[in-house]
Amino acid sequence: MENLLNAFILLVNYIVIPATAYGCQLAIGALGATLIFAVLRFSNFAHGELMSFGAMITVLATWALQSAGISIAPLSTALLALPVGIIGAVAMTLLTDRWVYRYYRRQRSHNVIFMIVSIGVMFFMAGLIRFIIGPDDQNFDDGVRFLINAREFRQWTGLEEGLAIRSSQAITLVITIICVAALFWFLERTRTGKSMRAFADNEDLALLSGINPERVVAIAWIIAAALATIAGTLYGMDKSYKPFVFQQLLLPIFASAIVGGFGSPIGAVAGGFIIAFSEVIVTYAYKKFFTYILPEQLAPDGLLQLLATEYKFAVSFIILVLVLLIKPTGIFGGRSS
Amino acid sequence: MSFLVGENMTGGYGNADILHDCTIGVEKGEIAVIVGPNGAGKSTAMKAVFGMLNLRKGRVLLDGEDVTALAPQARVAKGMSFVPQVRNIFTSMTVQENLEMGGFIREDELSGTIEQIYDLFPVLKEKRRQPAGELSGGQRQQVAVGRALMTNPKVLMLDEPTAGVSPIVMDELFDRIIEIARTGISILMVEQNAKQALEIADKGYVLVQGENRFTDTGPALIADDEVRKTFLGG
Amino acid sequence: MSSTLRNTLLFLVMGLLLLADAYFHSWNSALYILNLCLISAIMALGVNIQWGYAGLINFGVMGFIALGGTAAVFISSDPVYAAWAAGGAGILVSGVFLVATIVAAVYVRKLVDKENKGLRIFATAAVVVVGYFVTRYFYDPAVLAIEAVDSSATGFLGGLGLPILFSWIGGALFAAGAAWLIGKVALGLREDYLAIATLGISEILVTIMRNEDWLTRGVKNVVGLPRPVPYEVDLRDAAWFINLSERFSVSPSDFASIFVKLCYSGLFVVVLLLVLLLAELALKSPWGRTMRAVRDNETAAEAMGKDVKRIHLKVFILGSAVIGLAGAMLTTMDGQFTPGAYQPLRFTFLIWVMVIAGGSGNNWGAVLGGFLILFFWMEAEPIGVALLDQLTSGLSDDSPIRQHLTDNAQQMRLVMMGLLLLIVMRFRPSGLIPEKGAERR
Repeated sequence: MENLLNAFILLVNYIVIPATAYGCQLAIGALGATLIFAVLRFSNFAHGELMSFGAMITVLATWALQSAGISIAPLSTALLALPVGIIGAVAMTLLTDRWVYRYYRRQRSHNVIFMIVSIGVMFFMAGLIRFIIGPDDQNFDDGVRFLINAREFRQWTGLEEGLAIRSSQAITLVITIICVAALFWFLERTRTGKSMRAFADNEDLALLSGINPERVVAIAWIIAAALATIAGTLYGMDKSYKPFVFQQLLLPIFASAIVGGFGSPIGAVAGGFIIAFSEVIVTYAYKKFFTYILPEQLAPDGLLQLLATEYKFAVSFIILVLVLLIKPTGIFGGRSS
Repeated sequence: MSFLVGENMTGGYGNADILHDCTIGVEKGEIAVIVGPNGAGKSTAMKAVFGMLNLRKGRVLLDGEDVTALAPQARVAKGMSFVPQVRNIFTSMTVQENLEMGGFIREDELSGTIEQIYDLFPVLKEKRRQPAGELSGGQRQQVAVGRALMTNPKVLMLDEPTAGVSPIVMDELFDRIIEIARTGISILMVEQNAKQALEIADKGYVLVQGENRFTDTGPALIADDEVRKTFLGG
Repeated sequence: MSSTLRNTLLFLVMGLLLLADAYFHSWNSALYILNLCLISAIMALGVNIQWGYAGLINFGVMGFIALGGTAAVFISSDPVYAAWAAGGAGILVSGVFLVATIVAAVYVRKLVDKENKGLRIFATAAVVVVGYFVTRYFYDPAVLAIEAVDSSATGFLGGLGLPILFSWIGGALFAAGAAWLIGKVALGLREDYLAIATLGISEILVTIMRNEDWLTRGVKNVVGLPRPVPYEVDLRDAAWFINLSERFSVSPSDFASIFVKLCYSGLFVVVLLLVLLLAELALKSPWGRTMRAVRDNETAAEAMGKDVKRIHLKVFILGSAVIGLAGAMLTTMDGQFTPGAYQPLRFTFLIWVMVIAGGSGNNWGAVLGGFLILFFWMEAEPIGVALLDQLTSGLSDDSPIRQHLTDNAQQMRLVMMGLLLLIVMRFRPSGLIPEKGAERR
């Protein structure tokens, strides 16, 4: 019995908790990308860098607050700095829309042109970020590290396995729930949110109904920038802030959005968790788990890992490619054209 | 002078003119129907009245006011409303939301108008929480018409509202359209089912190659031998 | 000004830029940049064949370049017989099972009725799971055995030990094979999904190269690949070479490295001209016209009885082969295979900037773009550092702001590339040398 409990705690500690936190980060990131896809109708390759940009401003603001001695301990100062990061990212998206994307919108350019242009924006932002904060790792999380730590957990329960929940993980979950709930409330219940869905659904009819396209586009950018900043900051708090990572995160984010159905908000959230859990489940070494649940003589020698940890990101690419090939509209049936 | 009229309209997409000196109008509370063979420019004439194509010559008057220079959105604000032939509903949104979006430009309370539309199309009330994309063809047309009525328009323009629906549903739709006209809204519509449409029309326009060929009351056109033989299939 | 004159001038300017680098830095540096330019031009030609001719979006350029690199390893490095003895059989057996699994899965899907969706998914999954574990059963011990063989020096199976020039053909074939597979499954996707899918596939390829040490030594890199040109040490001691360098009155050691680079330049120029010639011939052939017809109006071409899928697949394979060739050339020049160096920004998106800035659909444009963009990519760093040094000269040397700005000045090249791409897209979407007689979307 105790072995079974240990095995259960093991899975929770090494799979459920990290995958949930990572899934939250992907879900929020994918929500932003999917929103831009739904409203502006292109795959924004600069979305990873947008997350990075928002997170960078948050990091800078956090440092400023820290040096001014302002803190909301035991919570991370970064939470207090988050609004600054959001404002920065929103300004960035609105300016790029004004100077870059709007022109192509008026030309009614093909979505491929938008996509290529977004690569220009990606280069620009990537360079700007690395120029401002440098290419290295930055630590900025100063909150209490653990909500539950493994040693204390072992003492309380008397189990062999420890369970640790980092506060950044708990914060990630709470903020994600708030963001997702707020976004769905906005899209389902408010006039502006509905007009955004209407515009995404049928642009011509939305125009006939008197919906102002520029306003819808601006709101889409604002929300995408806010979500991107939150996702980037949460990812940075959970791991660390590193400009290069966001380039790599772009594909898992596209994967999440596409698996759920590109353009579908609920799909983006579901996709985020599907990708995160697959990555963690496939790359976890089950040796210890089976040692607990199997009789001693059957205990495994190998690591019992389906794929090496280095393939973590590759798992999401594989799922992405499979979904694109088998069901491009995704689970929740996103837009197909 | 008709309530809404497109006078001597000449124009088309790009360089080639589709309409040649074409005049289409409708009186207050009446039904005007545009019929004609394929490629006669029926839909184009309607779109020209709504401002969806540039006219080289001619003008559009709404209640005596020249609206030729206005964009379609601005004409919506002036009291014109348009139901496109295809993609005329928000498929992913519920029936109720479709109606709400129809009234997007209105600042006042929408619930009264929504109730009126539910009275007109009772089946929509039943299905108001369903995504419009899941409804049957006839019901979708009802949503489309309902959406267009949400602005409280003075003129309702319909581009082939009965395309692809069964004869029973078509009759039902025409009945509703007559009902709408009785409330004082002018109706201008393009119809493929020429005979049935002319039966309810106060005014009929037969277009051929972008020109007015015959113009008369609906029943008179049906009674006309030449119109019947050439355009109504005997 | 006629377009021919203008284009000649553009290439002249490019030549002057390289000469300027030789003047301000050194011949060594200018030749190094020239060689990279030549390789980039070939890469750009490959992308141009896909995007410019046919409108196919391949964001997996990095993957094909890396495949070219692995070809260099597989063909030119010496076989490690001990590793083959230790685990070669196991790898082969696991390979057989891997292929068998795939074949079985496909066969099962054919066998089970389409109506019976549940059974079909279950049967396929069962085959894949069983196949996976059987493959792993043979694969794991073989990998351990191979990687244990003198792991600091080899630890991988090695290659065929052939002259490295063969790998250029090998790289093209490798990339073509991969392109055939990828194209078969992915070309039906609409544009942006094709872009994302190819980006994903290229990441998977590079991840495999980075982690399968038994195959490519992974991040341990394969160094000391043989060269197609003489080694500097040998030259410095050769009597004829010493004579030659005296005639130019340069020290033999300086001249040796210049000479080696010149040899590479010669080889690369030959390849570039050959590829360019073939690409031009293809573009002007009936086949090239068909391709552009397909690009400009797929539906119409299909209605005229053109097999669009087949045409797309062909052009995808051809373009990828050219990219693979360039990838093998790059690894040859580096003399080492470093999978960690493959980054999409540098090896996918930068190549795209070259094609778009140069002129999509025009081979000369792609070549010019390859030269120009790579030149600025290489020069942006010193220029950026010098510029910021000037700008911050008012600050004292140990000022942290100045320190920070000059430290990160090299990142400005990303900003520059982004701005360049945006400006070209906005004001000259057809590029520096536009496609002849064509209005692009």
